[in-house]
Amino acid sequence: MNYSIMEAITEKIITTDLPEGQFEINMGPQHPSTHGVLHLKIRLEGEKIIHIEPVLGYIHRSIEKMCEKLSYRQFILITSRMDYLSAHINNTACALVVEKGLGLEIPERAKAIRILMAELTRLASHQLWWGCTGLDLGAVSPFFFAFREREEIITIMEETCGARLTQNYSVPGGVMYDLHPTFVGSVKKIIQQMKNNFHEYEELLGGNIIFQERTKGVGYLSKADAISFGCSGPMARASGVSCDVRKWFPYDGYEKLAFEEILDEGGDCWARYNVRLKEMKQSIAIIEQLIDNIPEGDFQAKTKNVLKLPKGEFYQRVETARGELGVYIVSEGGTSPYRCKFRSPNFSNLSAIPEMAKGGKIGDLVAIMATVDLVIPDIDR
Amino acid sequence: MKTLLSTISFENLASSLDSYLSKLLPAGIALLAVEMIIAGVCLLAFLVVLCFFLGYLERKVAGHMQMRHGPNRVGPAGSMQIVADTVKLLMKEGLTPNSADKFLFNLGPMIVVATSMMAIAPLAFAKNFQLWNISIGVLYVSSISSLAVIGILVAGWSSYNKYSLLGAMRSGAQIVSYELSVGLSLVAIVIFSGSLNLNDIVESQSNGWWLFKGHLPALIAFVIFIIASTAEINRAPFDLAEAEQELTAGFHTEYAGMKFAMFLLAEYINLFIVSAIAATVFLGGWMPLHLGNWEVFNHIMDFIPSSLWFFGKTFGIIFVIMWFRWTFPRLRIDQLLNLEWKYLLPISMVNIIAVTLITIMHWHF
Repeated sequence: MNYSIMEAITEKIITTDLPEGQFEINMGPQHPSTHGVLHLKIRLEGEKIIHIEPVLGYIHRSIEKMCEKLSYRQFILITSRMDYLSAHINNTACALVVEKGLGLEIPERAKAIRILMAELTRLASHQLWWGCTGLDLGAVSPFFFAFREREEIITIMEETCGARLTQNYSVPGGVMYDLHPTFVGSVKKIIQQMKNNFHEYEELLGGNIIFQERTKGVGYLSKADAISFGCSGPMARASGVSCDVRKWFPYDGYEKLAFEEILDEGGDCWARYNVRLKEMKQSIAIIEQLIDNIPEGDFQAKTKNVLKLPKGEFYQRVETARGELGVYIVSEGGTSPYRCKFRSPNFSNLSAIPEMAKGGKIGDLVAIMATVDLVIPDIDR
Repeated sequence: MKTLLSTISFENLASSLDSYLSKLLPAGIALLAVEMIIAGVCLLAFLVVLCFFLGYLERKVAGHMQMRHGPNRVGPAGSMQIVADTVKLLMKEGLTPNSADKFLFNLGPMIVVATSMMAIAPLAFAKNFQLWNISIGVLYVSSISSLAVIGILVAGWSSYNKYSLLGAMRSGAQIVSYELSVGLSLVAIVIFSGSLNLNDIVESQSNGWWLFKGHLPALIAFVIFIIASTAEINRAPFDLAEAEQELTAGFHTEYAGMKFAMFLLAEYINLFIVSAIAATVFLGGWMPLHLGNWEVFNHIMDFIPSSLWFFGKTFGIIFVIMWFRWTFPRLRIDQLLNLEWKYLLPISMVNIIAVTLITIMHWHF
């Protein structure tokens, strides 16, 4: 066969028959605002975007295939490398699916610890997003304001499980270690610090007229489109789609906690910005409910050394900082999954970008990518 | 005491140097050539030191606005960091892309730097201290500084890079548009003072700065001048030509080493020039702050050297422009043009009418 795959790819990427006045430009894989190795092939007419084609695969590590060779304890660890800003939530999703398969009941303390860590992860992730949104729209200073609080949260992570980003803290049956003695104190401190500084977030970026002009009415995504593209997380909720997994399919005891699902009907970048900011407040509320009421007891249920899931199919969904993560496992009764599939939020969210950016300017595309909040390793896996 | 301060403030430095040289050399071409060389070398040295200082200042201002220290390792308080960076840029390979138009590619940075250096000529740094006392100073500065766009267009076009080209096109649209507002806000003060000569404009502010004397129209002209000149020198929030997050680096994407440093140099010189022009035209240049009939106060103010007044005012405005950069997000290209054509330009035009009326009726102080 002379027609190699490489030739097919190049032929698809390089198009020469463009109408007069149009040209193609490659945004990425190395570009300051694609936050990783995302490659967008953009067809432009002057500054106006005619068409966008995302090109994937630059950071494909075949995580799903690797999972088939790893045991049920090991495969959790590589999921930290998918959406590295929600690493703990990814780990929890995998731990939950294994527990579901084993029919394991985990201690209340472990559940509370998982929720606390998950909400701290969400806060850290949204803070990074807030800083990067400012950076993408040309304001450099918000980044440093965001990192002031994020650094504290990451330090708590390091104190609790030894890792700052890729925590690997959830294991089948609970969490790996008990909480650090200073955990409660430091969490209370950071919560107070965030509450004190939250007005700066709203004033520095959200209150700026240029920022509002850049985001209001930009990158509109209708409710119907959000559903048909399979969007989830803050992005879908900004278009009015109620899709919070913590509300619809509660896990780890989210049903016992009082928090709101933030919905906005705007569907534009400004709505997405507001939804995420309000979600940070809800995360703070969840942490405040739990931090004084962490149940006593074991942090891990007793499990066998070698885990074997019964024959069958298992699925678990969780709400990461970017949307719904689904873990689907087909087991043949062995010590590792027969098939493993991740339904990652970023992949679906990315698919809506060409529709949202059509007709906009290059500056709009940057604003859209910033508010969709993509993490590229989660798209390619 | 007064003579000592005057010497520091360069007031008589130029004339004493001139009289010293005319004793040594016969009058004519030789004297003129020597004086021009001295002036040129002094200007170059001044500009390099100025750019080092502005680069250092910008990093420190940015650092303190972002809750960090800024450079603090090389030299005392990090002051040598910028020198180290310049040495690094000097040693880098000045890469020229294969498909670039080599002649234009090398010409671009030259035009940009040359135009910004030319624009510095009519500035009055202190009393009686000026490189070129030209009768049409304001007109000269605004026409020379509009030439810089040619350098940017040449650089963006010759790079053979679509991002560069987009940056250059943006920059063309932007600079040509904002030129109008810059010009009109300067015209307001030209009408007030009745002269295009920068020295005459400074002299006309001996009893108060135009910012205060000219009522509201002068204030409006000042604000418009600051906004429009920030856009004209391609600084944030109007840095669309190099918009890092959109066009990677805009028109200078393909430049490296000293050719890139040229653009940086030009950016800082331009920053200094627009601030100096604003200080000269609106804030009285080297003229001390005089308040009405407060004899004692005015006398004390006179003791401060005129060069200190000039540089103090200029750096005050430079700080404000830096403050913009580290606070505001960037505008989109259509919003940028809307701001100019729908808001700044009509306001400037109405403002000019108001200024004319005030001048005719002698309502200003």
